[in-house]
Amino acid sequence: MALPKVCGIETEYGIVVRGAEGNPATASSQLINAYVAGIARDRSAGAVTWDFEDEHPATDARGFTLDDALAPEVETTLVNAVLTNGARYYVDHAHPEMSTPEVLDAREAVRFDRAAEEIVRRSMAYARSILSDGAELVVYKNNSDGKGNSYGCHENYLMARATPFGQIVRQITPHFVTRQVFTGAGKVGCEAPGSEPDGVAYQLSQRADFFEEEVGLETTIKRPIVNTRDEPHCDPKKYRRLHVIVGDANMSEVATYLKVGTTAIVLAMIEDDTLGDDWMLANPVAAIRRISHDPSLRATVRLHGGRSATALEIQWGLLERAQKYEQSHGLAAVGESVGADVLRRWESVLAGLESGGDDVADIVDWVAKGRLVDGYRERHGLAHNDARLKAIDLQYHDLRLERCLARRAGLSTLVSDAEVESAITEPPTSTRAYFRGRCLAKFADNIVAANWDSLVFDIGDEPLRRVPMMEPTRGTAEHVGALIDEVTTARELIERLGA
Amino acid sequence: MAEHKQKRQTPTRRDEETGVETDDAPATSESGEKLKAELDDLLDEIDEVLESNAEDFVKSYVQKGGQ
Repeated sequence: MALPKVCGIETEYGIVVRGAEGNPATASSQLINAYVAGIARDRSAGAVTWDFEDEHPATDARGFTLDDALAPEVETTLVNAVLTNGARYYVDHAHPEMSTPEVLDAREAVRFDRAAEEIVRRSMAYARSILSDGAELVVYKNNSDGKGNSYGCHENYLMARATPFGQIVRQITPHFVTRQVFTGAGKVGCEAPGSEPDGVAYQLSQRADFFEEEVGLETTIKRPIVNTRDEPHCDPKKYRRLHVIVGDANMSEVATYLKVGTTAIVLAMIEDDTLGDDWMLANPVAAIRRISHDPSLRATVRLHGGRSATALEIQWGLLERAQKYEQSHGLAAVGESVGADVLRRWESVLAGLESGGDDVADIVDWVAKGRLVDGYRERHGLAHNDARLKAIDLQYHDLRLERCLARRAGLSTLVSDAEVESAITEPPTSTRAYFRGRCLAKFADNIVAANWDSLVFDIGDEPLRRVPMMEPTRGTAEHVGALIDEVTTARELIERLGA
Repeated sequence: MAEHKQKRQTPTRRDEETGVETDDAPATSESGEKLKAELDDLLDEIDEVLESNAEDFVKSYVQKGGQ
């Protein structure tokens, strides 16, 4: 049976300094430092630095290591904080980035993705109170500046090491190429290499223009549809972490839910070897752009064996397989009730897209944004490439409540404000993130370093103690909740864990 | 394609089974009107909150490439 699809979302945000000079790397550090200092002031809680022991971004899932092919992914001099909700908040390149804690299902992924937004929003407020008069750091949850520069929203899924990587690449690609019909965040204009910026008035995806390879290790140039980074952050003999770089950051909660939920189901099917190769594309790179560039959803793409299909037809095919999989195998790997709900919503979003899209304007970002862009263009009689339409595109993703257009677009929500509020400080209960988050909240003074698969404690005169967390589904509330409640010191915790 | 059509009908059936609302034609045009009115309000709001100098704003929104 497929492994539980433990998953998480990493978002690189766009950042702008307004009312002052500033470079983006410094601004990103200021933003995160402002948050860390702000919460410490408000709650007298500390923050802990990241431990790079386990970072191997140049290890390739196909079985080799590219030593000099990549610049270090993370500059250690930049800010890195681990939060009590189990998330990592840091500067990557010239962007603030948040990795949610590991969660067990798509609904939890949405809750922590929303919490990440709230944390960024609070960071902006803290930064405003520190910066000189009128200066402001503004953060955008998008993936492109409209000028050929892109930054990612990555997903991660736990996979069995035993599943051949070549099979994963072959069988997940059709979903990665076509899921944009409901996961696309929408974009005014075009940034594909060799294309005219105005050659496409409006497209489904922020990211599709930037994919140039079918499979590979890169994440910042020549981006591949399937990324091969092999850095499991857990027991490498049993697991791999599929690092997905092909998605858009979604403002719509339901879009995030469908993005993670459908992908987790398709990956479970691959692991249980029930998906097959029916929808293999003749040219995935051409297909991902062709589909993105056609909001009518009528464009067809070529499949192996000479047939052609629309993105919706391929999605209907995948959904049908998923429904059969639910019957034959159940959906325990993705959470039974969440999985069943994802299947229902997957079906209804495809039906809504097929009937013209208006029905899904409260779910699908590119449809919601497209209504604003089209409506505004028609009202003011604007050309397709008018700067105001590009401004609407950017401002859809502005995380300032008073400026954000997405939150005015009538999007449906999935999680309550109270659920998001608790996810800002409290970890998920059903993965090892629980242990990480609870320990950070209770014993921050004794934790000298943290990363995805271990915590390092300083409990006084003895050598530092590394507590490994190589099993993503251990260290949950069920396993260690009572223990963490009972102990009063880190020393006692370490002693009882060792006992 | 036949299988594809059959799929499309499934949501309606499910909705009937669970008693959740089903859209009939008048409701659709009514909700269409409502959608249009909402969009009009929304466009008014965009006029209020959109960056005042769109051209400068769009030009100055430059990011370093990331992952």
